[in-house]
This record gives sequence, structure tokens and C-alpha cells, in this order.
Amino acid sequence: MSTEETHGNGSASAEVAARVERRWATIAVIIIVMMAVLAAFAGIHRATMPQPRVETTDPSRIHLSGEFVESNLGSVLEANGNVTVRAIGQQYSFTPACIVVPVDTPITLRATSADVVHGILIQGTNINTMLVPGYISEQLMRFARTGDYLMPCQEFCSFGHEGMWGKVRVIDKAEFAGRAKGGGRLSCVGQ
Amino acid sequence: MLVNRRLILAHFWLAFAVFGIALTLGAWQMFIRSPIGTWLSNPELYYRSLTAHGTVMGYVFPTLVAMGFGYAISESALEQRLVGVRWAWTGFWLIVIGSVMAVIPVALGRASVLYTFYPPLIGNVFYYLGVVLVVVGSWIWVALMAVNLRVWRKAHPGAPVPLAMFANVAGSYLWAWTAVGAALELLLQITPVAAGLKATIDAGLARVFFSWTLHAIVYFWLMPTYIAYYTIVPRAIGGRVYSDSMARISFILFLVVAMPIGMHHTFADPMVGAGFKFIHSAFTALVALPTLLTVFTICASVEIAARLRGGRGMFGWIRALPWDNPMMLALAFSFVMLGFGGAGGLINMSYQLDASIHNTQWITGHFHLIFGGAIVIMYFAIAYDLWPHLTGRELIDLRLIRTQLWLWFLGMIVTTFPWHWVGILGMPRRMAYFDFGDPAIAPQALSVTFSAIGGFILLTSGILFLVILARGMRAPQADAGPYRFALAVHQPATVPIALNTHALWVALMIALTLTNYGYPILTLAMTEGTSVPAVYVGAQ
Repeated sequence: MSTEETHGNGSASAEVAARVERRWATIAVIIIVMMAVLAAFAGIHRATMPQPRVETTDPSRIHLSGEFVESNLGSVLEANGNVTVRAIGQQYSFTPACIVVPVDTPITLRATSADVVHGILIQGTNINTMLVPGYISEQLMRFARTGDYLMPCQEFCSFGHEGMWGKVRVIDKAEFAGRAKGGGRLSCVGQ
Repeated sequence: MLVNRRLILAHFWLAFAVFGIALTLGAWQMFIRSPIGTWLSNPELYYRSLTAHGTVMGYVFPTLVAMGFGYAISESALEQRLVGVRWAWTGFWLIVIGSVMAVIPVALGRASVLYTFYPPLIGNVFYYLGVVLVVVGSWIWVALMAVNLRVWRKAHPGAPVPLAMFANVAGSYLWAWTAVGAALELLLQITPVAAGLKATIDAGLARVFFSWTLHAIVYFWLMPTYIAYYTIVPRAIGGRVYSDSMARISFILFLVVAMPIGMHHTFADPMVGAGFKFIHSAFTALVALPTLLTVFTICASVEIAARLRGGRGMFGWIRALPWDNPMMLALAFSFVMLGFGGAGGLINMSYQLDASIHNTQWITGHFHLIFGGAIVIMYFAIAYDLWPHLTGRELIDLRLIRTQLWLWFLGMIVTTFPWHWVGILGMPRRMAYFDFGDPAIAPQALSVTFSAIGGFILLTSGILFLVILARGMRAPQADAGPYRFALAVHQPATVPIALNTHALWVALMIALTLTNYGYPILTLAMTEGTSVPAVYVGAQ
């Protein structure tokens, strides 16, 4: 921080001013570096990072073939005990409108949009992702408590946006395993 | 030496008139979606209002304030008649025409896409063209600021550019470059679809382009406020600027690091990888630096004023400040709101914390506190300070001015604090109504009611502001003398060339934008099959 104006009258007080100022600037830089380091540490150590890869999908064909056809939407218990949830958002609802998952289980949410930009937010958690048509959103989640959670669309998607609310039902692990035995894709729509 | 007073007054009056309209719409929105309003039978009206509110408050109002203030700074700080007055009026009328062109389809419900556009939603083409005209009008101002500084430099070779003008030109360059992102989105992507030439659009790419504009635009809104902190407040309260060079460094930092950080708006988006999100997050932390420096320098400058007035002790000097001076009051309120809003901003910039509040009412609370609070209250202060010089008449009723500032401050706190809170509870943004009968949503009803009350306090304050200015046009004539800016404690005789010119910093700004945006934009543009069918609004 060059202070050429310190030459001239009152240079003693100007030096004091410059010194105090330098000290404050140093403190400010330390604060900022600390914050960036904390964010990086939390990201790596606690594995709370944004989705690493960009995946694309064609929204005009998702209902015909591929992972987001209607019969493949919902929750599925994988061989390793984890759960994968596939969902889509469209004006003005989610499919499935009620997502059922087991408690204390690593869950991968894979979702996309069939038309405009939507968003998934599960209230009372930090699960929050955008659904952008043309791209697949992937989010890791894990629920510590059973119960019902509201899942509103969090992005303006035109005139019916205020009516686009889904639900997540977190149930007991054994109960989920029992329901998953028959295979197929689970949801709590109509229950 | 304010010669073109009509030009400056025209900008301010238009700015504050559209502000009054948008503020009224905002208050109505707060009311209608709160438990004290009844459910809208047609929610589409809410989104018309929201589009108009955002477009005016985001694009028209702050741009006109920056332009009017910029012309005033150019004439009074450089002590030089404005060069290119005809062009300035052209820019003004472009903004008038653009605003009218944009607002008609919005009012007709043909462009309820919000000011953030949200393709593949596509509205009437005239809405987008209107916004483009507003931006083009403001670019004329950018060019004029550069030209006027150049003319002055020719006449004063090597002399330090007055701080106010140095900052003003930095702000104009920041705006010129940050507007390019949205301009590319509008011209390359949206307008062809809105005009019916194309039927598909890459929504992910559009969001990246918009994020280029969306963050730095806030710093463009902030510039007049920071210029007032450094160059008006110390003079108005009888102090000195603690450090001229630190002020310049702060403005340069804004110019350089406000730009390449916008992707923190896309933390939750699927079309950007984790790497660039982290880079943008780290750069966002960096942009706190100029604000931290400013808070220090301004507090020190204010302390100088207090000690000159006989203030003593470690904190005792605070009592010696001229608290009945509206400028002092506005500064204090602005700093309090900047403190809370800035702390919220640090939460938003970290990916991990952002996940809890992304696209919730927290975000709306956050930017209303920063922009509507910390920034706009200083716009009021700027207007009060300039008015006697523009009208040649005195603003007599200081008590009314203080009341107005108090109401704005209280209204903003009452509005935004509950807003933050319901955001933490997970209440989503931009909804025409909520089902407060749902047991899971019912606990938010009280907070939303408080916010709505805050909205009406703000509306009252806004009306009062317009009344004070209008009365000021008819007050007895009084010569306010030349308009002056604050002097530094050690007023520089020479300034290092890096702190006296913008070229190096503009180059750095562009280079950082290219490194932080170039790769994501290119890869998205080259990825096949990401264009999706447009969804036209208002077509039904």
C-alpha cells in the first residue's frame, strides 16, 4: 500500500495512519483466507461438495426411453443397501409427488426437468438442488429422522409455481426393505 | 459547477418516480401473499407485479441514479462542463423508451418471466428489447464518463483525478462489462426465440451468462453508495477522508474482483462442475476485502469529524457526532444494514451453508437488506445532499428527512429479519401465496405478517421521500454554492499511475472474467443436445 502523499507536512501522523491502515488490511486478508480455507476443508473433509460432473439429457425424449421413463421413477434399493431416487419436475408437479425413503441410509437423488427450470428443496434439511432441463442433477442425502417433509419447488416455473409442492416420507429401514422386496420402484403417492 | 442541472434532475426524478411505482407493487406483493391478505384468485397477477418490481428496481432505478449522480460528479469534481450533453439526453430517452416498451407486455401478462428471465420460459419479445434499450442508454453514459475524464486529463496532465470521478468511472466500467453477460444471453439466446426465429434454447448456458451479470450488477448498484461514503459523508459531517489511496484501492478491488464470482449463484445448478464453483466461491470471499477496508476507512473518517467537534475517549467520540445531520444518520443506518447483510452474504458464498438457504426467502431478505437497505438509503442521502444544488432551493425540514430515514431503516429491519428467518425454515421464493392452513407452514405465518407490515412502513417512508423532494422544488430560493466533495487528511499532490488510471484494472477485470467464465461457457456452448424447447408464457 504505497502512500506517496506521506511526504510533506504532518508526515508523522500520516505514517501512523498508514501503519494502522496496513494492520487492518492484514487482518482483513487473514479473515478472508481463513474463510476460504474453512470452506475448502469442509468441502473435502465432510465431503460436502457440489455435484462434480455435468450430465446431460434430452427433455423432449425423457418420457420415451432412458433412466427417466415413468416406470423407472421412484425409489429403488440397490444391491449395496443404498437407495437411488429418480424424479422429474414438470409444470406444476413432481413425479413422484411423494418420495419414500428409508431413514439412516445413503441416498442418491437423481432428477431432471421435463420442461422449464424447477428446483427441489426439502424443508428442514440442507437438501437443495436446481432442476435445469437438459441436465441431470445429482444430490447425496441421508435422513436422520423419520417423518414427512415438505418439498416445494424453489424456482419460479411460471403461473402455477405456488402450487408445486411435493413431499418426502422417511420411513423405518425394515419397513422400506419389506416394501422393496417385490422389486419395482417405490413411492408414497396416494398413501 | 453544476451546469446541466436539468439533465441531472431529469435522471433523478425519473429514477425516483419509477422507484415509487415499484415500491408500491412490492408492498402489495408482501401483503397479498401474507396471511392478512386473501388468496389471489389469479396468481398470474402476482408474477406480473413481481416482474415489474424486479425489472424497475434492478435495471431502471439504480441505473438512472448512477447516471444522474455520475453527471453531477463529472461536472462538479472535474469543475468542467459536461462534454456530450446531447448524447446524455439520447441515453436518457433511450431509457424512457426502453422502460415503456418493456412495461407494456409485462402489464398485459405477456412477459411474466421475472427480471431474471428464466429461459426456457419465453415472454413477449418487446420486453427483452426494452431491457436492451435501457442497457444501451446506460452504455452511452459509460462512454461519456470516459470521454469527460479524458478531456480533463488533457487539460491537467499528470494531476490526480479527483477521487469521486475516479470511483465514478470505475463504476461505469464495471457496469459496461458486467452488463455484457445478460446482453449476450438476451441477444444470442432469448430474443431469437422470442421473435420466433428459433424454438429451442440452452437453459443451462443462459443461467451461466446471467450469473455473469447477476453478481457484479450489485456492485454497480453499490458504487454510488460507496462514492457517497468516501466523498460526501466526511464533508457533510465536517470531517476528512482518512486515506485517499485506500479509497482508490477499494474501488479498484471492486472493479477487478466483483466480476469473476457470479457462479456462486449457480452452486445448486447441474450445468457447472464443482471446480469452477469452488473458484468462484473463493473469489467471492475476496470481494469482502474492499468492503472491510471501506468500513475501516469510513469509521476512521467519521472519528476525525467527531474529534474535531471535541469528541474524546475510546468510544466517547461517538456521542460527539452530528446525529441531527441526515447524512450522519443515513450513514449509520447504512452501515448497520451493510453489517447484517454482509454477514448474510458470507453465508451465501460458502457452498455448504448456501445449500440450506439457496432459493429460500433468506435470499430475498438478504438482497433487500443490502440493496433496498444499505444502498438505497444512501441514494436518499445523495438526493438530499444534491437537491439544493440542483434546484437552487433549500431543503428546510430536516426533522421530516430524519423521520423518513428512520422509517426506512426500521421498515427494512422489520421486513427483512423475519424474511431471513422463514428462509431458514425452508420457505421458497417467488410464490403468489402460501397455504398457511398446512400445519408445516403455519409456524411461518407470523413472520410473514411482520414482513408485510415492514413493507407498509417502507412504502410510507418512500412516499415521504418523494414528498420531501417535491416540496424542495417549491421552497424559497437559496444559493447553495458550488458542490464540493470531501478532502483527504493528506490530500495527495501526486498519485501513483496505477491508482490514477483504470486501464490496467479494466484489463485485469476482463482477463479474470475470461479465465473464470471462458471455459464453462465454451464447453456448454459446444455440448450437443442441451437445447430444450421454449415454453412461451402468456400464449394461452
